[in-house]
Amino acid sequence: MEGLGPEEWQAVWLSVRVAATATLISVPLALLAALALARGRFPGRWAFNILVHLPLIMPPVVTGYLLLLAFGRKGPLGAFFDEVFGLVFAFRWTGAALAAGVMGFPLVVRAIRLAIEAVDPKFEEAAATLGASRWRIFSTVTLPMILPGILAGAILGFAKGLGEFGATITFVSNIPGQTRTLPLAIDAALDVPGAEPLALSLAVVSVVLAAAALGLSEWLARRSLKKTGAL
Amino acid sequence: MLSVDLRIELPDFTAEAAFEAPAGVTAVFGRSGAGKTTLINALAGLVRPASGRIEVGGTVLFDAAKGIDLDVQARKVGYVFQDGRLFPHMTVARNLVYGGSVDAERVIAMLGLGPLLQRMPATLSGGERQRVALGRALMSGPRILLMDEPLSALDAERKEEILPYLERLRDETKLPILYVSHDMSEVARLATTLVILDRGRVLRAGPVAEVLSDPASVRSLGVREAGAVITGTVESYDATDDLSRLVFDGGVLILPCRLGPEGTTARVRVAASDVILVRTAPKEISALNVLPVKITGLAQGKGPGVAVGLEAGSGRLLARVTRRSAAALELKEGQEIFAIIKATAVARRDIGHS
Repeated sequence: MEGLGPEEWQAVWLSVRVAATATLISVPLALLAALALARGRFPGRWAFNILVHLPLIMPPVVTGYLLLLAFGRKGPLGAFFDEVFGLVFAFRWTGAALAAGVMGFPLVVRAIRLAIEAVDPKFEEAAATLGASRWRIFSTVTLPMILPGILAGAILGFAKGLGEFGATITFVSNIPGQTRTLPLAIDAALDVPGAEPLALSLAVVSVVLAAAALGLSEWLARRSLKKTGAL
Repeated sequence: MLSVDLRIELPDFTAEAAFEAPAGVTAVFGRSGAGKTTLINALAGLVRPASGRIEVGGTVLFDAAKGIDLDVQARKVGYVFQDGRLFPHMTVARNLVYGGSVDAERVIAMLGLGPLLQRMPATLSGGERQRVALGRALMSGPRILLMDEPLSALDAERKEEILPYLERLRDETKLPILYVSHDMSEVARLATTLVILDRGRVLRAGPVAEVLSDPASVRSLGVREAGAVITGTVESYDATDDLSRLVFDGGVLILPCRLGPEGTTARVRVAASDVILVRTAPKEISALNVLPVKITGLAQGKGPGVAVGLEAGSGRLLARVTRRSAAALELKEGQEIFAIIKATAVARRDIGHS
């Protein structure tokens, strides 16, 4: 093993930033998607379900390539975001975050959807008889009850974001300081003769980050269980 | 005043229930699967009836013909569920104010909830949980209180802990209360009006004393559940014998335990199978209660039994005797005979207060 240089630390912090951004943006959207899938009754629900799961079942390279087509400089969505928000994805860390978010999305949706399906509607019924509006029922009864599921989903999404490789490298390449996240840095180190110990150090950091994320989620889940007296 | 006329499609049968419930407690009694919970859920707006009309105190909650179907949240029903359904992630205090804080201080005092306010629902006993659920429903300022077997998950002791609160609630508020139960003791203690439901149909409905003392009700209630309710004034209590005297205009009943403070009203349920009929007043028997009564009606049961409706002043009783005895005594409507009630036959759970 070998100590990490500034370039490697840059990759570590970039990974954290990419994964955190991807998680923060994908969790609210995943919550909406999970609600639609768990509770919604609309035509084309099955098609929506498949669409949500596509990044999980397609080869990551394909997802990355589709992202490049859609969000690249000349892609329709890429041009739209550039013009309207001044937001560029191509070969930027934002693009890495987008790739990480898209790849983790099905995992986050699944975790939240399971939590929603586990909520006994009897508590929501009770809230309705007490005059609570649908929004109040959701925010005061449903949401606190599915919070552990949302947390689990967020951690899964974050861990997926830390480890995303295929879609990221296809979509935004491997640019130090912009898109070279931990896994991409490990890949780059393995390409350089004699840099294997560095790759191992990066791998250890990777494991530590993933374990820390899981530990945090367990602690938060326990705290919420304790609060309801279930533990 | 509640007025219901509903048709609800269920998997195994169609419920068609129509009845009116004046102020006080209206008990909906029936075996499990009779459609009691479905009925109460339809009133709350949780189940959508196929057709019909629901009106509470002048407000129409549902009218299929006019296309009125108020949302659950707009119906303002206080629903006390069988399992309480307290929000597990909120303290008792937050649960209580979830639907509002109408009369908060009085409700908290009446139900003795003060010491529980900072607790979490998971740490409460079953009885405490139901008291909080009742308080929460009351504090939402409902038009009507719907109670779906609120005591059925509790043991006898816990029931005894809550029933006095319900009796107070009945007597202190003008809120109409619909009380679903399959426990005749509870019904006899609490109900003002009784609705007997079977497979979604109303078999009998009316003032509780009237329905319970009607010999024709025995068939719909079941032999074990049949029995009338006598309401009287507690005259005295004799601590040496542990017996109370309950006076009503048809006579005096001597009953075990202290029924309540002198001068208060108490109601007791006398099971039909605990009433013995004799033609002439007996002397030197161990039973303490011998009442002169008049036969108001007879109803043949499916088995060997005959239900006999009795009248003692304005009080009503129901006796169940064998067909053979009925023939031997030549029982007929209008006949004046004597009813013997064994004091110890009346159990504590059959004694209510009002």
